[in-house]
This record gives sequence, structure tokens and C-alpha cells, in this order.
Amino acid sequence: MNSLFTPLSWNDTGFILTGILNTIYISVVAISIGTFLGVIVGFARVESNKYTNMLIGSFLDILRSVPLIIQLILFTTYIGVMGYPLNPFIAGSIVLSLYTMAFMSEVFRGGFESVHQSMRTASRSLGLTYWQTVRYIRLPIGIKVVFPSWLGVALSVIKDSALVSVIGYMELLRTSEQLISRTQQPLEILIGVGIFYFIISYPLSLYGKYVERQMTV
Amino acid sequence: MEYEYHWSIVFDKMPELLSAAFVTLHVSILSMLLGIIIAVFLALGKMSELKILNYLSGIWIEIARNTPALFQIYMGYFGLGALGIHLSPYVAVLSALVFINSGYLAETFRGGFQSIAKTQYSASKSLGMTKFQVYRYIILPQMFRKIHHPMTNQFVWAILMSSLGILVGMGELSGETQRLQSLSFRTLEFFTVAAVMYYIITKFVLITADQISKRLFKGDI
Repeated sequence: MNSLFTPLSWNDTGFILTGILNTIYISVVAISIGTFLGVIVGFARVESNKYTNMLIGSFLDILRSVPLIIQLILFTTYIGVMGYPLNPFIAGSIVLSLYTMAFMSEVFRGGFESVHQSMRTASRSLGLTYWQTVRYIRLPIGIKVVFPSWLGVALSVIKDSALVSVIGYMELLRTSEQLISRTQQPLEILIGVGIFYFIISYPLSLYGKYVERQMTV
Repeated sequence: MEYEYHWSIVFDKMPELLSAAFVTLHVSILSMLLGIIIAVFLALGKMSELKILNYLSGIWIEIARNTPALFQIYMGYFGLGALGIHLSPYVAVLSALVFINSGYLAETFRGGFQSIAKTQYSASKSLGMTKFQVYRYIILPQMFRKIHHPMTNQFVWAILMSSLGILVGMGELSGETQRLQSLSFRTLEFFTVAAVMYYIITKFVLITADQISKRLFKGDI
């Protein structure tokens, strides 16, 4: 036994730490790009006519109704077949960002729609141009309103980032999986992984609830 | 680079894929049904006066909501295996989905229940309704109106997340696709067809749920 499997030791800390950092890294990238694109697409959906809206909507619909894991596999296979293989981090970021965008755009669309027409009319009558209204009135108000939902989507992206392991990105769950196959101590390692996700996600979800309460009162 | 698509290989395997799609559908339906039953108890526990019940259901709900689904499945498949409890891939995926569904649904139920004003109880009591009648005719219809949408979303989520069965070798749509593509190496074709099938399944569920809600709450949503 001993010759085959070596138990968990302090030397593995670095390896686990890489996994943790990679998880945080890809989540931050996907949430940032996804939010940025989500604001743009959400705004475009509010402003565009019925047909453009339907076109954008049906594309987002596909991103939302196909499992992330299938999207990841399809994308990496497709770019591989086309002759432009990307490394797992970039491929994973692209898919995860687009997936995030699909959810974020819905969140922000709701926010922009909540800015009342009379407010736009009021700001236009004060002499603001269209883009000034967008820049100083509609974007700030619309984005602020949806903060709790934004946080909810961001948290689910952190959890979904675990799936990028299927295309070979060394995030937390994949490093733990490799440690498990070496040490044969699945329970200890997995509980540690669970605690990590929990201590990131739980305080943020509490904060989201707190902000939501502050807003409604 | 040129790539030659071979769709016929996929279409030959269509019966297998379709029966795998039914496995996906039934594992997610089962996970919803069991999830709803547990969620009712969790929501009641979270709202109860008893500190210990409150605490225990709180732990369940927060762990379910704050850890990745993939982690839950690994926990059921590898983690429990270390304790000598060996679950089949099907049971591991099902129990992970039930665990998470019940956590999310409990919060949905609690939110729906608390959104109904307390004065309505007193009002219906003063009209001479029994406790059963209050719930049957006043509370539950209103509650269901509020929670049917989050519940549909949860169902779609369960369908999509059952795809994680691919990682523990379960024979649902993704797992079966993975197995079939490994026999022929037509990865792109097989997963494209799987993606289309997932799309159809979720659209079907959403449209059905929409129709049901239209029938139930004529006009006033």
C-alpha cells in the first residue's frame, strides 16, 4: 500500500493553493467579462425593436438551455477540429464568460426596464442629450437596483467554474481529484474543498440578502 | 482546416440517445418530487419556534446553496465510498440533485409563504373558515402563484445539472453521449446532437409549465 499511495501531507499545500487561485482567477475573469457584456446586451435588448430583441433573445436562450458541461466540451472540440486549439484557461474563460453574459444580460435588462420612462423624459427636458441620459441616469440607477441579483449570478458562476475541470483546467476540484487519486483520502480532501466554496459563497450571499433588505425598506 | 461531418453515425445511435434523454428527464423529475417533499419540511423547520429544527434546516439549506453541484456529486460518489457506502452513479447524481433542489426550494417556499400578509389568516378565520379551508382556498393558491416560476427554473436547473452524470459514468444523456462518442470518436457530432436534445427538453418543460400556469391562473398573473 505504502509504496503506491502516499498520504496527504503539508507538501500538498502549494498544489491545493494553485487550485484555489485558479478557481478564483477564472471566476473573476468570467464574472468581469460576463458583467461587461451583460450590461451591453441588456441595454441593447431594452433599446432595440421587437425583431432584433427576439434574435438576441434566442441566442441567449441557447446558452441558457444547454448544460455548461456540454458547451465546454463542444467549444473545445470545435476549435480543436478547426485547427486553433486553445489552452484550457482561455477556452474555459470564453465559454464561462458567454454563459455568465446570458444570465447577466437578463439581470441588467430588468434593471434598465425599472428606470421609469418619466425619469428619462425629465432628464431629456433638463437638456441632457440621449447619451448623457444613458450615462448619468439610466446606467447608474439600472445597475444599482439589480445588485442583489447580480451577486446571485456571480455566486452561481463561482460554483459553476468547477465544471471547467472537464476540459483540463487545474481549478480547485480538479486538483483535489488528482490528490484523491494519489492519496486515496477522498473524504478529508472533499470536505476541505466544500468548506472553501462555502466560506467564499456564504458571507457573500448573506451580504446580498442584507443589501436586498436595505433596498426594500 | 477541413473537417468532414459524419452525422449518419449519430443517427444510427438515435434510439440509445433518446432512451438516455428519458433517463435525464426522469432523474430530474424524481429529484424535483423528492426535493419538494424535503423542501416543505425544511421550510417548516426554518420557520418553526424550535431552535434545534431551525438550526438543522438552516445548515442543510446553506450547504446546498453555497457549494457546487459537482462537489455534491463527488461527495456522494467518492466521499461516501470512503466510508464504505457505495452508491451507484444514478443514486449519487439523484441524491446530489435532491439535496440541492430541496435547499433552494425550501427558501422559495419560505419566501412565498411569508409574502402572504398575516391579516389574511384572521380575515378568513373571521369568515368562519376552518384551518384546512384557510390553507386550501386562501393561502396555498396565492403561494403557488408566487412560487411556480422559481419552481420551473429549479426544474430546468435540475435537467441541466443532471448532465454532471457524465463525470461519474451515469447513463443519462451526457453520459451516454460520452460513451457513444468514445466508440466512434465523432465527438463534435454526438455532442451537438446532445445539445440540441437538451435545448428541446428544456423548451418543452418551459412551454408546458407556462401552459399549466396560464390554465391555473386565468388572466391574473
